[in-house]
Amino acid sequence: MAPSGANQEAKITNGRESLNKTTPVEKRPEPLTTGSRFARLTSIGVLLLGVVAGFLYLGGWFSPQKLTPARFADEFERVNSIHSGFRRNHAKGVCVRGFFDSNGQGSRLSKAVVFQSGRVPVIGRFSLGNGDPHSTDALSTVRGLGLQFSLPDGEQWRTAMVNLPVFPFKDPRAFYDNMVASQRDPNTHQPDPAKGAAFLGSHPETARAIAIIKSHPPSSGFDNTAYYGLNAFQFVNASGASAYVRWTLAPVRPYEAGTAASPENDKNFLFDGLIASIHQHPLQWHLVLTVAQSGDPTDDATIPWPEGREQVDVGTLTLDSVESEETSPARDINFDPLVLPAGIAPSDDPLLSARSAVYSQSFTRRAGETKEPSEITPSEVRK
Amino acid sequence: MSAATTTDRQRFPGSMRFLHWLMAVLVLTMLGIGIAMVASLGDYHSLVSIHRPLGIAILILVVIRFVNRQFSTLPPFPPTMSSQERFVAHASEVLLYTLLFVLPLVGWGMLSAARYPIVLFGSLHLFPILPHSVMLYAVLRKTHTFLAYLLFLAFVAHFGAILFHTLIVRDGLLSRMLPRRARAG
Repeated sequence: MAPSGANQEAKITNGRESLNKTTPVEKRPEPLTTGSRFARLTSIGVLLLGVVAGFLYLGGWFSPQKLTPARFADEFERVNSIHSGFRRNHAKGVCVRGFFDSNGQGSRLSKAVVFQSGRVPVIGRFSLGNGDPHSTDALSTVRGLGLQFSLPDGEQWRTAMVNLPVFPFKDPRAFYDNMVASQRDPNTHQPDPAKGAAFLGSHPETARAIAIIKSHPPSSGFDNTAYYGLNAFQFVNASGASAYVRWTLAPVRPYEAGTAASPENDKNFLFDGLIASIHQHPLQWHLVLTVAQSGDPTDDATIPWPEGREQVDVGTLTLDSVESEETSPARDINFDPLVLPAGIAPSDDPLLSARSAVYSQSFTRRAGETKEPSEITPSEVRK
Repeated sequence: MSAATTTDRQRFPGSMRFLHWLMAVLVLTMLGIGIAMVASLGDYHSLVSIHRPLGIAILILVVIRFVNRQFSTLPPFPPTMSSQERFVAHASEVLLYTLLFVLPLVGWGMLSAARYPIVLFGSLHLFPILPHSVMLYAVLRKTHTFLAYLLFLAFVAHFGAILFHTLIVRDGLLSRMLPRRARAG
């Protein structure tokens, strides 16, 4: 906006002039005409409204169909209803402690302190993959293991793994649409098979992943199954070289298939088995890194990497004590898969950021709620 | 359409103007990132990764700015402003400074209470400033959102006031914050 001619003489051409204290003659501007004033006020209003609208647009206020962390958590709550203080998914669980002994082999792939030779403390939580904190244990229910490694330099590595070799959904939208398609009919209390079939029809990658999952029948317990990190991560070593990696916990206890003879009448048979087992002897897993080759999909957790990829056993996880959620700090840990130490970075897998966002939303909701007693009580873990 | 041109004495010192515009850019970016990240799945992680170090940068800058202000000579309000207007202007400055200081602190505090690692970049992370309590986290998390909306509204009011002075009153209020050669009405 250029000054009007009338004011040109007051223009400062030299900074020193001001030191001479020549306060410029105060000149009132010409009064605005009513029309001009109205136009200017309107422009101001439009500008401010534009700023507010832009801000709300960024916040998704004008896209009610957009999948947000809040809408995701709402859907979990609609399916499971709200259980005060519990996770929106993987609600039933028990907490464990132990340590990870790194053998140093991982430092070839990642500069993360956790892969240097030595021991770091670990706290974790075994869980079942549904939103009901009092569900009845079943072999077919997804088993989860969340871990937090506390590194000596104050960094943390958190991971949330499951006993499925691949994930059934390739992106958050597919996961959400499946939740909607699996909605139980209020009368029959069963999902509508037509909706399930329609979902699989439009998601062939899910059908393929389910076939792979079915070829890995669940083990008899929490302690003799592998847990899979599922998503790919980018590992960066000390010299800056990077590689894509998926990690797996391979159980030291031999796999034993769960059978119909499993005491399914015991509501907590999987958790009770875990508790009894850990009281007998520490539970151990090998942490195995699988290294991708060029062309292996890093953005699709429904697809396994081809057989024969390099596998590096980087150390042993030992879990030697078990605690009820009610007394363990692990209850209050969000096993956000993107809490990573320097040396491990996310891949381009769209599930990772979405998991981080939705876990965070679930954590924020339950953090402020009254904590109801856990199904696996402190007296149960002492048995 | 400039009515009053502005001498150096009627302008904020260069350091204050620099900090003002630097923080204007950072804070507006921060507000945009903040509201976008809580509604985002795919961009959540990258936005959060910017949000945390940027918040700490703003916290450091507002402290520098406050100290710098104590050692600076402020230009007088233009004579067009009544004593009530001056009071409101001053109160809004106090509110803005307070929010720019408290919002990052609440963010740092809430992550501390939840025992999230507060990663700035690489392996550099901040120490927790509050005890571990998820209830405290929940309260501070709500407070953070509330204060962020309040900061946004304070910005809109600040922007509206300067537009009003520039386009309607035309008393050169904005030129106090502009570089020497630039002139605004």
